[in-house]
Amino acid sequence: MATQNTKGLARLMMAPSVILLLVWMIVPLSMTLWFSFQNYNLLNPANVSFAGLFNYKFFYSDPAFFQSIWNTLVIVGGVLLITVIGGTLIALLIDQPIFGQGIVRILVISPFFVMPPVAALVWKNMIMHPGYGVLADFNRFFGLQPVDWFAQYPLLSIVIIVAWQWLPFATLILLTALQSLDSEQKEAAEMDGANVFNRFIYLTLPHLARAITVVILIQTIFLLGVYAEILVTTNGGPGYASTNLVFLIYRTALLGYDVGGASAGGIIAIILANIVAIFLMRAVGRNLDR
Amino acid sequence: MGSITLSNVSKSFGEAKVIPSIDLEIRDGEFVVFVGPSGCGKSTLLRLIAGLEDVSGGRILIDGQDVTQKAPAQRGLAMVFQSYALYPHMSVRNNIAFPLKMAKVDKAVIDKKVSDAAGILNLTDYLERRPSQLSGGQRQRVAIGRAIVREPSAFLFDEPLSNLDAALRGTMRLEISELHNQLKTTMIYVTHDQVEAMTMADKIVVLNRGNIEQVGSPLELYSKPRNLFVAGFIGSPRMNLIEGEFARSKGAKTVGVRPEHFALSHESGLWSGIVTVAEHLGSDTFLHVNVDGIGQVNARCDGEFGARHGDRIYLTPNETKLHRFDEQGLAI
Amino acid sequence: MARAVTTRHKVIATAAAWAVALVIFFPILYTLITSIKTEPEAIAGFSLIPSGTFENYVTVQTQRDYIKPFMNSVILSVGSTILALIIGIPSAWAMAFSPTKRTKDVLMWMLSTKMMPAVAVLVPIYLMFRDFGLLDTRIGLAIMLTLINLPIVIWMLYTYFREIPGEILEAARMDGAGLWQEIVYVLTPMAVPGIASTLLLNIILAWNESFWTIRLTTTNAAPLTAFIASFSSPQGLFWAKLSAASTMAIAPILIMGWFSQKQLVRGLTFGAVK
Repeated sequence: MATQNTKGLARLMMAPSVILLLVWMIVPLSMTLWFSFQNYNLLNPANVSFAGLFNYKFFYSDPAFFQSIWNTLVIVGGVLLITVIGGTLIALLIDQPIFGQGIVRILVISPFFVMPPVAALVWKNMIMHPGYGVLADFNRFFGLQPVDWFAQYPLLSIVIIVAWQWLPFATLILLTALQSLDSEQKEAAEMDGANVFNRFIYLTLPHLARAITVVILIQTIFLLGVYAEILVTTNGGPGYASTNLVFLIYRTALLGYDVGGASAGGIIAIILANIVAIFLMRAVGRNLDR
Repeated sequence: MGSITLSNVSKSFGEAKVIPSIDLEIRDGEFVVFVGPSGCGKSTLLRLIAGLEDVSGGRILIDGQDVTQKAPAQRGLAMVFQSYALYPHMSVRNNIAFPLKMAKVDKAVIDKKVSDAAGILNLTDYLERRPSQLSGGQRQRVAIGRAIVREPSAFLFDEPLSNLDAALRGTMRLEISELHNQLKTTMIYVTHDQVEAMTMADKIVVLNRGNIEQVGSPLELYSKPRNLFVAGFIGSPRMNLIEGEFARSKGAKTVGVRPEHFALSHESGLWSGIVTVAEHLGSDTFLHVNVDGIGQVNARCDGEFGARHGDRIYLTPNETKLHRFDEQGLAI
Repeated sequence: MARAVTTRHKVIATAAAWAVALVIFFPILYTLITSIKTEPEAIAGFSLIPSGTFENYVTVQTQRDYIKPFMNSVILSVGSTILALIIGIPSAWAMAFSPTKRTKDVLMWMLSTKMMPAVAVLVPIYLMFRDFGLLDTRIGLAIMLTLINLPIVIWMLYTYFREIPGEILEAARMDGAGLWQEIVYVLTPMAVPGIASTLLLNIILAWNESFWTIRLTTTNAAPLTAFIASFSSPQGLFWAKLSAASTMAIAPILIMGWFSQKQLVRGLTFGAVK
């Protein structure tokens, strides 16, 4: 149905979004790249000069840089571990014939719709607070010392909060994938003498593999950008204990007014994100060919 | 009026030449069937006529008028799609009325035409339903109704029966033939099913790899296939194509014998062989016979002729109904 | 499975599932309960029984002017989504119905803009916003949110549009429908469900976006994300009031989310899982 005049029209219809996204991608990116080679401090904006690789070296020699990279990886890895394993188990559980499946589903996916600042503040003040939090209440009930989560385990606390937000996403997607598993296949496997465990290993897991890949990749993209949760709970501290790359760049830029340094950090963040993006694009792209 | 002329029509998708070059003459009122294996270009050819694809070269004339550059709606044709392509959000009535509404026909006229078409197609009781509430056969009739009301100069059918089950296909085949007798409008019908082609067509166009292999009436194609492809494609069960000593003795590279053109006997005959499978249909029996020195041969015989797996039987091909083909596969 | 499941199995599974669900939902539930406690009750230790006061909701409004960020959230999320739809529908349309060899590449490229870490362009965006006077303006933030969500909008629409069979469009063309009539009578009615789902999911995403909304606003254009984040400063630490503000901030979107479960999966996986 691709006749000549529809082709021309199609190009015209695509133009606005293509142009917008092109500008949106190229302009800020090239500015970041440009700034990353400049000495540029907002406190002294008149004095801008070429810096060569200085900003990168500066970032590289900052001990907080490696700590923040490590923290970023811990957040991404920790949350992925919890959400994928937890999500698979919960999805398997909800997929059973149970009473009130619809309501259970709604309860489980709810955290996903909670905006990050709310999620972080609720966990910080009402659940994990060493004085008035629910966990502290429980500890005292059992005669234990309450834990000061954000002082003692700042990174773990953030991993828990973020995992709580993303567990519903993993569960929902894995559940959707699970429900598309052909029940005749399960019955055939049963006829072939596979027990529950074998059916999970040889049938369910391979069927979920694709969904798990998608969960991992999409979550990684969002998890690399965790920001508000840190801002309202630990503010990156104590020290740099819970500062991830995003937060470090934010600090450098808007608290340190160091445009050049923050830009160099931004370029590093882009490189990191791109490594993940390549894998995601492949997985999603394969789906297009279907 | 509805005569259609294709002159030197060709179509390529990028590098791939789907249709190298086709000339074809369709007379007013004819029921023409394009038949061929999947990928032979028959649907593409239909879509070129409809105007849903641009031709890469050549001209298309409808009633002597060049329509090559015209939009589909301006060609005065109606099409019935394989998936029926009914508008899911409209009632049957609105589906049928849609083309008239697009042509800005008067409301009263629309109502009249829709109810006439519904009458012809037995849809009167279903006019207010949505397509999703109809059976496959009914959907098919709605699609036909939508085509009828436009009073097109020709109907185009793109494998319209392929989504129906076997029994319904038989009924719809009859209904479409009856419709043609009633309306006497040109119909072009695409199918891969040679039975549909044989039963419905005035004229069959056999296509293979974008080329026309043969054009003719069903009986012409059956009795005088022009080449090996047509010989193998038309007729069910398929013609036996025999090479080797027997063919040479008849002065040909290949000799074709239709399964129904054997004299069968339990005692004597030209060839002898062992029955591998006997398919009893009641009226007929299809025998798969492993003939000594020839190989696997299909034969069709009367249902009364008793033969079972493992029996030795004798076959004599009917000399007057042999088809002979030369090295190039052309009929001699 | 067409087989009778033993009642015992079902009861055990039900109990386990409900237990897990309630643990996961607990923080939200507890926020809701705390929001109708008095401040002393809220810090008096674990209790699921509130006194049922709505005082906190009133206080949040009178002391902190809740309505303003709420309206900002509504305007920004709905506005940016509609803007993204206006830009996105034609292009998703074109790609779904007149695909070319490059369509796939264009789609992938659009998706790739979504992968760009926001923080990497924080500096230039911040400076540009400052220089164009867009900091803390609704229009500036609406543009940001539109651009951020445009790739998802286009992808979602594309996967929906692609499910409209091409033969129907051809049938309409054979029936004499012009482009405009094709759009009004055939395409729009068939596309409305997909567009509605896209709208819903993107309002949710825009409502909860918490990087740009916090960084590019101070007071005038600050939506609920920024409003709530401001509670992290010590003077805001009042459990019950925080809970009331939180409840109001998440309630509308939580309810919308419940209705968009299916679309959520599809939208967030770019059609890879349905």
